[in-house]
Amino acid sequence: MSIFGKIKEALKKTKANVSTKMRQLFLKNKIGDAFYEELEEILISSDVSVKTAAAVVEEVKEEAIGNKIKDEGFVTDLLKDILEETLDEAPMPEIKYPCVMMFVGVNGVGKTTTIGKLANYFVREKKSVTVAAADTFRAAAIDQLGIWADRAKVRIVKHEEGSDPSAVVFDAVSSAKARGTDVLLIDTAGRLHVKENLMNELRKMDRVVEREYPEAAFYKFLVLDATTGQNAYSQARVFKDAVSLDGIVLTKLDGTAKGGIVFSLCGELRIPVVYAGVGEKLEDIELFDAEQFVEGFI
Amino acid sequence: MALFESLSERLNHIFSKLTKRGQLTELEIRSAMREVRVALLEADVNLKVVKSFIADVSEKAVGQQVLESLNPAQQVIKIVNDELIALMGPSNAKLEVASNPPTVIMMCGLQGAGKTTMCAKLAIQLKKQGKKPLLAACDIYRPAAIDQLKVVGGKAGAEVFERGTQDPVKTAKEAVAYAKKMGYDTVVIDTAGRLHIDEKLMQELENIAKEVAVTEILLTVDAMTGQDAVNVAETFNTRLNVTGVILTKLDGDTRGGACLSIKAVTGKPIKFVGTGEKLTDLEPFYPDRMASRILGMGDVLSLIEKAQQAVSEQQAKALEKKMRENSFTLSDYLAQFETLKKMGGANAVMSMLPGAGKLGIREGDIDEKKLERIRAIILSMTPKERDNPQIIASSRKRRIALGSGTTVQDVNQLLKQFEQTKELMKRMKSGKGRFRLPF
Repeated sequence: MSIFGKIKEALKKTKANVSTKMRQLFLKNKIGDAFYEELEEILISSDVSVKTAAAVVEEVKEEAIGNKIKDEGFVTDLLKDILEETLDEAPMPEIKYPCVMMFVGVNGVGKTTTIGKLANYFVREKKSVTVAAADTFRAAAIDQLGIWADRAKVRIVKHEEGSDPSAVVFDAVSSAKARGTDVLLIDTAGRLHVKENLMNELRKMDRVVEREYPEAAFYKFLVLDATTGQNAYSQARVFKDAVSLDGIVLTKLDGTAKGGIVFSLCGELRIPVVYAGVGEKLEDIELFDAEQFVEGFI
Repeated sequence: MALFESLSERLNHIFSKLTKRGQLTELEIRSAMREVRVALLEADVNLKVVKSFIADVSEKAVGQQVLESLNPAQQVIKIVNDELIALMGPSNAKLEVASNPPTVIMMCGLQGAGKTTMCAKLAIQLKKQGKKPLLAACDIYRPAAIDQLKVVGGKAGAEVFERGTQDPVKTAKEAVAYAKKMGYDTVVIDTAGRLHIDEKLMQELENIAKEVAVTEILLTVDAMTGQDAVNVAETFNTRLNVTGVILTKLDGDTRGGACLSIKAVTGKPIKFVGTGEKLTDLEPFYPDRMASRILGMGDVLSLIEKAQQAVSEQQAKALEKKMRENSFTLSDYLAQFETLKKMGGANAVMSMLPGAGKLGIREGDIDEKKLERIRAIILSMTPKERDNPQIIASSRKRRIALGSGTTVQDVNQLLKQFEQTKELMKRMKSGKGRFRLPF
């Protein structure tokens, strides 16, 4: 399957859903107020925020009226363009080596799995990879990462369960530096963004990398479950405030959820989606592609 | 909470233009419901659920009387809130018990919903009830899932039954047989997280349920789930006929609208909610708390509730009559303070009022001590003095000041303030204005 094929494939169920609704909409209505209202609702039922949906539809409306567009195909293309532009508001970071990537997020979004897949992804790109098991809190999280590290055949730096995560980060950074590792992937414990003490723990890990390895590029990614609703906005905002996010990894795109909340995250918070998780297997991760995502989304 | 501000602000704005009192009209309800719709959508309630909910509630609200102590906006919110509670309730935290032990509880849900942690939390809950639970590790797919169950099971003091990566259906059967033999009365089966559209894995759950005579099938759902919650819940319920729902990660700031969606499509009770990372962080489901959380107007709701409790309708009517007749006395003044106190003090009331922030009034701005002083002064008066303050001459003033631990100046100030209030009320006498606390 092609590189982008999988995102599109993963979103196929979504595609059937939204485009079927769109087609019905065009059959049912002339392009008027009722049409736009329903268009807005279609977006909302894909987890696009009420605010973003209204803004997008308003833009479609203006353009359509300005250009006297009444044709279904044009309106669809217009909508796609606007959605894609919204995603492009947040440009993707350029990945430089050597680099450290730290993965943060709430519980159960797929951080450990993402790291396992990305380790494999970078190995295939002919990079040397180390993973750091800095989730010392969740039961068996270290074992879980260890199994992924074995599968991807990469090195793992780990301590005991319950030990200080910043100490793990410190050791992992020292080791990556000493060995000249291209990519260091740091797993962190899932934490709800409202827990101030846990966010402070994250800030500390962030500082350790900044201080100990300034010569490496440092990326912090929020791992986000595509099934998440409007709370994703709050998550992204708070994690961004705490450790300045460089991007999002959108996981579980192989379900029926649409991940429409990312339009607000890119458009308003200016956080780009960088990788997309599209299945349970080791190779089920892709570089995010806005055009393909929108193509699959609509 | 920005939304609470904006929603109640918007509602108040809609109703500020209305002068007609009494019953809620269709127009009033329609404009209020537009705002409620946005609130529910922002809380992740599924669009279809929102639509049918609003249609239902609107129908019920038309013609309803606006309670004396509420304004129309609050009345609509009260109706919406009551309906939400009715829809999500009743609270039912009881786990079914099999007549022929062991009771078997099977967990199911998407990846990352929190099933494994929940197994241990349930074990603790069961042990508290004097039960003897066994945990069965049937997630053979996620790396280290069995280890995780062993660790959390160990923390909960429950034995974990595992057969490595052998077929989960077989493991479940063996676990139940083992429970019978060893005298465990409850088996909690942890299963792998799976997508509801994963045919093979859904089949596997059906097989477990078929093979081991399951008593409870609990669907575990992340409270942060968005619009897709309906698809997930509907599919799991159709395939497995779940017996209840557990909502996890409610200790975040999610509004949790998925809860309403799930209840609406499955009709199954929400049995527990997960409220933290500790294994004891498991609570029964409270529909009223969830309703106000989803509406995002907890503060307004508790104000409505308190206002209803504190000022009975008759009381309010009697006061209004007195105001009209201008026979308002210091005794009534005192009664108002008592009402305020019941509502948690003036500051508490102010902080709960939407818009107080915008007016620049913050909690703590009102001098509660001063209010207490006024109360003490009135309490030091005789009933006759309270009803006829004009008889309070200087000797009476000295006595009152002494009795209340204040000064004659304080007494004078209160009397002046009271006269001003009466004057103010005279102007409101036309009867249009509804009764309000005069500060």
